[in-house]
Amino acid sequence: MDLFEYQARDLFEKHGVPVLAAEVVTEAADAGPAAERVGADSGGVVVVKAQVKVGGRGKAGGVKLAKSPQEAVEAAEQILGMDIKGHTVGAVMIAQGARIAEEYYFSLLLDRTNRSLLAMCSKEGGMDIETLAEERPEALARVAVDPGTGIDDAKAREILEQAGFETADVDAIAPALVRLWDVYKGEDATLVEVNPMVRTEDGQVLALDGKVTLDDNADFRHEDHAALADTAAADPLEAKAKEMGLNYVKLDGNVGIIGNGAGLVMSTLDVVAYAGEEHTAGQARPANFLDIGGGASAEVMSNGLDVILNDEQVRSVFVNVFGGITACDAVATGIVKALEILGDEATKPLVVRLDGNNVEEGRAILAEAAHPLVTIEDTMDGAARRAAELAAN
Amino acid sequence: MAIFLTHDSHVIVQGMTGSEGMKHTQRMLRSGTRVVGGVNPRKAGQTVDFEDGVQVPVFGSVAEAMEATGANVSVLFVPPAFTKAAVVEAVDAGMPLAVVITEGVPVQDTAEFFSYAQDKGTTRIIGPNCPGLISPEQSNAGIIPADITGPGRIGLVSKSGTLTYQMMYELKEIGFSTAVGIGGDPIIGTTHIDCLQAFQDDPDTDAIVMIGEIGGDAEERAAAYIKDNVTKPVVGYVAGFTAPEGKTMGHAGAIVSGSSGTAAAKKEALEAAGVKVGKTPSETAELMREIIAGLG
Repeated sequence: MDLFEYQARDLFEKHGVPVLAAEVVTEAADAGPAAERVGADSGGVVVVKAQVKVGGRGKAGGVKLAKSPQEAVEAAEQILGMDIKGHTVGAVMIAQGARIAEEYYFSLLLDRTNRSLLAMCSKEGGMDIETLAEERPEALARVAVDPGTGIDDAKAREILEQAGFETADVDAIAPALVRLWDVYKGEDATLVEVNPMVRTEDGQVLALDGKVTLDDNADFRHEDHAALADTAAADPLEAKAKEMGLNYVKLDGNVGIIGNGAGLVMSTLDVVAYAGEEHTAGQARPANFLDIGGGASAEVMSNGLDVILNDEQVRSVFVNVFGGITACDAVATGIVKALEILGDEATKPLVVRLDGNNVEEGRAILAEAAHPLVTIEDTMDGAARRAAELAAN
Repeated sequence: MAIFLTHDSHVIVQGMTGSEGMKHTQRMLRSGTRVVGGVNPRKAGQTVDFEDGVQVPVFGSVAEAMEATGANVSVLFVPPAFTKAAVVEAVDAGMPLAVVITEGVPVQDTAEFFSYAQDKGTTRIIGPNCPGLISPEQSNAGIIPADITGPGRIGLVSKSGTLTYQMMYELKEIGFSTAVGIGGDPIIGTTHIDCLQAFQDDPDTDAIVMIGEIGGDAEERAAAYIKDNVTKPVVGYVAGFTAPEGKTMGHAGAIVSGSSGTAAAKKEALEAAGVKVGKTPSETAELMREIIAGLG
């Protein structure tokens, strides 16, 4: 889960990373009082920042300086509701102003390639890091971090020295890096990025903007993380699927897809897309990813069908199951029962392909039920073609 | 001969007494695996009854189980919250192979236990979030159904469980030396490259199927490895061409980030290394059948 800047800021504060005072508001009128409180120590100067989970908001006009509460309200009025790269701004953060002397970059992330952690640090912050990495790779230090020991004072110094900081700066910044490790470790993050990290004219080191990605697999040990989810922005079908515990991603096609196992479902989407291109001139495309997992009970199957049939774009459904641990007869029974549960709400044709464990029994159950909406196909490719043709008709 | 797992493998199960552990231990036994013990400190000294009068002893620790049984493989069905501790225990005991089936392990835990195992240098980890591996009619460590196909000349390595089953099914008339499900998490203990290397060295493997999916750059690095080191024919398949950017597709590691990790880039890299890449699982199987026919 990617967090908003203000959520990242709050986590930084919680773990002792130096940050500026800030408040988040969703109504422009609230920006005035917020600016009064937040700007009390900065001569009334605040920065109004759009809260969107996408880069480049500064260039898009989503960050404005305000020198009074009145200006803060005006800035908030302009920014709220703005569209930044397809993201509508629903909240702004009112942050205390700062006199910046220098801007740095720091991030700590999961390094999949080396199966470890990686810290990146540069004296040249503020700019887009991909651009810096490409244009001036020598300005970006990359230091491997042991997942077991993390960043202690010595490691922080090593990172900063590699980035070319002078001793006085190393002394000033190292404690912040150790605190950022606490954020990474303590919150089960997969990314903690500070860009820019700044030194102010009076010598303070501050995390001025932050980006944090949390590991959903670790939710079980972070009860407070559930509250960070952006429920307003979630697709309603995705939200419904999540409530039912289904692994669902909404796409924009018209062939609904249900399968078991993430790899097989991804493959099913691809095969449907190819069949759509080949046999329907691209009219039929996958409408979603839905992995019902190993169990594939009647209840899970009916929940899955319920979500997919509620997608107005869906015109046909492809159920693709390989019976490994799950027996195909159990899956077939699940489909039949799911259709009973859904009753009149099931209105779209279903193409079913079963293979593997107890496949003959599974196909026999479907054949016997002879549901008017259900077609059985023998192969994945054949079923994809059939589902694509039904969707394009 | 197979890779990593043979008839001589002596398997213990960490988490055997849980419901998943019980179910799959029974399946492993049924497919001929020598399951010699389970581990659960609270049930140490007991035995668990399985079909056909088989009794499997429960030990208090991995070290005890190894000493008593000569176990050299551990399969873990341990809940995510306890997986790190269980793997560390296996590593500390010097267990040569630890197969981590558990899905949903926090990636920092995996990074930690992988790094720990690397430092010790005595344990190969497969997974987490994987179906395990099978050397048909020799041994089965994990949850791969044993009845899809029998022994044969193909080696298979895959990030995905169900695509492993699908491919074994498509090529059931040829059979497999070993099929390894390496798992779909961002950090995994055994990679495509580890398996490619082992299959290249395995006299019983004549050709290799490699199944990848979106996310990371493991397939690209495997392609470079194949080009320089693998002389046996390799057929590839990559899932996730239609996956949108920034969305996790079921597996925690299956995510396209910006322009990196795409299926198209992986396919291109594999093809540049001389790997024939199928558009669909069935086309991939067909490519393999042609190769096997050509080998005579």
